[in-house]
Amino acid sequence: MPSIKLRVVLALSGFALACAAHAQQKDAAAPRKPAAQTKKAASAPKEAITAEFEKFREMMEEASPAELFEAKGEDLWKAKRGPKNTALDQCDLGLGPGVLKGAYVQMPRYFADADQVMDVERRIVHCMVTLQGFKAEDLARQPFSDESRTPDPVSLVTYVAGQSRGMKVAIPQKHPKEREAYEVGREIFNFRAGPWDFSCASCHGENGKRIRTQELPNLSSKEQAIRAFQGWPGYRMTGGLMHTLQWRMNDCFRQQRFPEPGYTSETIADLLTYMGVNANGHVYKGPGIKR
Amino acid sequence: MKKFQASILGAAALAIALTAQAGDDRAKAVTVMKRDFHAKGIAGMDRLNEDGPQALCNRSHDQPPKPIAERLERDQLEAIKYPADGRFLGDWKSGERIAQNGRGMTWSDPGAGANGGSCYNCHQIGPNETSFGSIGNSLHQFGKTRGNSPQIQKYVYGKIYNAKAFTLCSNMPRFGHSGTLSEQQIKDLVALLLDPSSPVNK
Repeated sequence: MPSIKLRVVLALSGFALACAAHAQQKDAAAPRKPAAQTKKAASAPKEAITAEFEKFREMMEEASPAELFEAKGEDLWKAKRGPKNTALDQCDLGLGPGVLKGAYVQMPRYFADADQVMDVERRIVHCMVTLQGFKAEDLARQPFSDESRTPDPVSLVTYVAGQSRGMKVAIPQKHPKEREAYEVGREIFNFRAGPWDFSCASCHGENGKRIRTQELPNLSSKEQAIRAFQGWPGYRMTGGLMHTLQWRMNDCFRQQRFPEPGYTSETIADLLTYMGVNANGHVYKGPGIKR
Repeated sequence: MKKFQASILGAAALAIALTAQAGDDRAKAVTVMKRDFHAKGIAGMDRLNEDGPQALCNRSHDQPPKPIAERLERDQLEAIKYPADGRFLGDWKSGERIAQNGRGMTWSDPGAGANGGSCYNCHQIGPNETSFGSIGNSLHQFGKTRGNSPQIQKYVYGKIYNAKAFTLCSNMPRFGHSGTLSEQQIKDLVALLLDPSSPVNK
């Protein structure tokens, strides 16, 4: 297994190739468009678009730009940082201090020291605050990637997620608070409100639905819930930014026409518990690519 | 004897606790959300307060008892504001633009100005747009199969204004009721679906 740094170099060159290949595919596809727009708008063109994207994603995942952020996260994890000038090697992600292998696919889980169910980002932020002395409100101020920066927790989550590549999702439901998080998460998932009467389930409660050409996984089903887990944290081709599930939940609530959920709040941990437990037993492929 | 009473009490408490469990989780969910969310842009915290149809559909998992559902549907129907001029058909070309436009009502939208209807997000409509969703049914050839009578025009206007007046737990937003679309915008959408010259009906 090559080191992360070497894989990053490979990733970069592969990424450039994939971009070029995608551009070519696009050109090749262009002349077909008018033919696809004849009389009846059948379902075939969208399926073609989706299939093309899936092919592209497979190519990209061979050498994913997400690995750049894994490498950055590894450096951040090991560096002495923050007001307390400490590394994160004593951060316990549920399997003991500094144990990263398999931690990601077993979160959210209950942590006695915080008396909370925590998803990976909530826990990492907790460690940055308690071990390194960062201020929670500073970390919550601009927690999502934009053109100018990738917040440290994003890279850290990506690094930790990479340490569970190829492992089965096994989110625990032993502690009463873990079971409660699942049930409350289900209620939040089905809570319809706001000016457009949307809940999570409005778009993600049935099999085989789409918004425009985007296929919507049914996150209430055991078969499809893995699609909320798979590919996250993800390098999103729209905008070319690295995002975690904290961002995904935030932007879903925006589109749900809700007010904004707090960063690393219990609401998000409960939702991720509900969807994560539904995905138990499936193999997690590691940080990925998103459309 | 005391022990016996205690165990009966315990069993009763357990039974109540079990039946109340779902309601407790729901109450906890609402409490947690109201604590964790904050207003942003035009999206205020009042958006977390359920109105009648939302509350009934949430509590019944979209299977409300029929008499109550019919009662609430009637309330929604009576609150629809139909155009004062009695005309329902606007401009289908403008309707197509509104159907394409998915902006509006999020915390990143400005609030003022024309929102879109997000129609293509969920429905197949015009034949030239192949990027359409499937949460709603296909509306392609809507007017061709249903005609263009005043009754149909009024029905379509009302359905876009408030879908919950017809199916209480419909997934479709209430575009007039929520103030998302103006009277003129809804008329333009009615034309998109019903005007014989609209490409939808070609």
